[in-house]
Amino acid sequence: MSPKKSHRFYGHGIPRVKSEDLGGRLIVVEGADGSGRSTQIAELVNWLETSGRPTVQVGLKRSTLVSEELEKAQDGNVLSRTTLSLFYATDFADQLENLILPALKAGFIVLADRYIYTLMARDMVRGMNEAWLKNLYGIAPVPDAVFYLSVEPEELVQRNLSKNATLDYWESGMDLGLSRDVFDSFLKYQGAMGDAFRQLQKTYKFEIIDANRSVNSVNKDLRKKISAVLEEN
Amino acid sequence: MKTFAESNFPGRLIAVEGLDGSGKSTQIYLLKRWLEAEGIKVYFSEWNSSELVKSATSKGKKRELLTPTTFSLIHATDFADRYERHLVPLLRAGYVVLCDRYIFTAFARDVTRGCPPDWVRGNYSFACAPDLTMFFKADLDVSLNRILEGRPKLKFFEAGMDLRLSPDPYESFKIFQGRILDQYLAMSKEFNFVIMDANENVEKQQILVRKLVSEKIDLKKFKRRSPLPLPPALAGDREEKEELEDKAA
Repeated sequence: MSPKKSHRFYGHGIPRVKSEDLGGRLIVVEGADGSGRSTQIAELVNWLETSGRPTVQVGLKRSTLVSEELEKAQDGNVLSRTTLSLFYATDFADQLENLILPALKAGFIVLADRYIYTLMARDMVRGMNEAWLKNLYGIAPVPDAVFYLSVEPEELVQRNLSKNATLDYWESGMDLGLSRDVFDSFLKYQGAMGDAFRQLQKTYKFEIIDANRSVNSVNKDLRKKISAVLEEN
Repeated sequence: MKTFAESNFPGRLIAVEGLDGSGKSTQIYLLKRWLEAEGIKVYFSEWNSSELVKSATSKGKKRELLTPTTFSLIHATDFADRYERHLVPLLRAGYVVLCDRYIFTAFARDVTRGCPPDWVRGNYSFACAPDLTMFFKADLDVSLNRILEGRPKLKFFEAGMDLRLSPDPYESFKIFQGRILDQYLAMSKEFNFVIMDANENVEKQQILVRKLVSEKIDLKKFKRRSPLPLPPALAGDREEKEELEDKAA
């Protein structure tokens, strides 16, 4: 077991949950689609579990409460920005209370495939106020480590197209009307997301990992950094 | 918090607040009928009614999945959807919008459930304040009786059972409603609630509601440009009738 370590919240936290009851570790991997996030997390889970450490995984749009409804609403492209933002916040809160907090209480290692930073960055690109978002996500516990897998937009295009042969509507920021051309829109949107992450980094201090490299070399980097986090008091 | 008038919206928003069973829905319905008959551009919106979010909320309630935090956020999502897709465009188009419950319902309920007041208020800070908020204040016993007489089976969240106030739903409901009432009263000055005596009879209350609305809002500015034309046959009837009446006179 890793040494016991309590977790504080960014803001008020969750009613009736004490931060000193939260042990375990919370590790976040952030990055755009095509940055290799999911692959890296699968590798990390494999590594942690073989070494006998229990893990729990969470991600965006995976809640029991609203994931289906959120998917449907996004398909219809009818979401305005505040609604989109609060819908995702509900999805996050549901997983927070049903998965993340119980796992931390039990001393598990929680691996989050994206966290509040992606949600905040998306909203900021859509013109939402940063202070408003900070208050909203005051419910989130502060992770032990946040890794942002940074990949150039041009490289992301290549990876997304070779995987799906198409660019996703929302990942291209088509709702923003940056360009009617999905290719141009993707590049502009991912560029703006990168800027928003750099803006957030000033407050939230995450580690930027150069993910233009091979899967193995990125994973080696992550393991080294996570090993250090597991030993922390 | 600025009102819609102070934020230069051409339209105006009127909200009613109060406990379940305070009679506020009846009053706002009668207000709507009157405004429609006067040829006012009017739109009615109810708490927790967004098509987009409703199925998630009802699943959450049925399966008792909601915590104070998700309860608060899912209602905020519902409100945001109605606000952005309906209320804002209608208010920009010069409508009088009537809301059966507004953000104060969340302020009262979510805080009673244990959410931090400034967190809840912050989440709703994208919304303007109503131009008129009427709070229907009935004696707690009166509201409780109206609800408990009509619907003997109380729903889990409605009764505040998630707060574990009492294993008996009726007892829990009473304590819960009492606490919500306290929250409402504590914010009534801050948000300029007009307190309505909901123990008074329905007709008398409605006279007062209409008086308040016409004092607060210059209604003739919100009329439809041309009144909705009646179907030709009826219009003809009306003219004939008027002629006959004139002759008779």
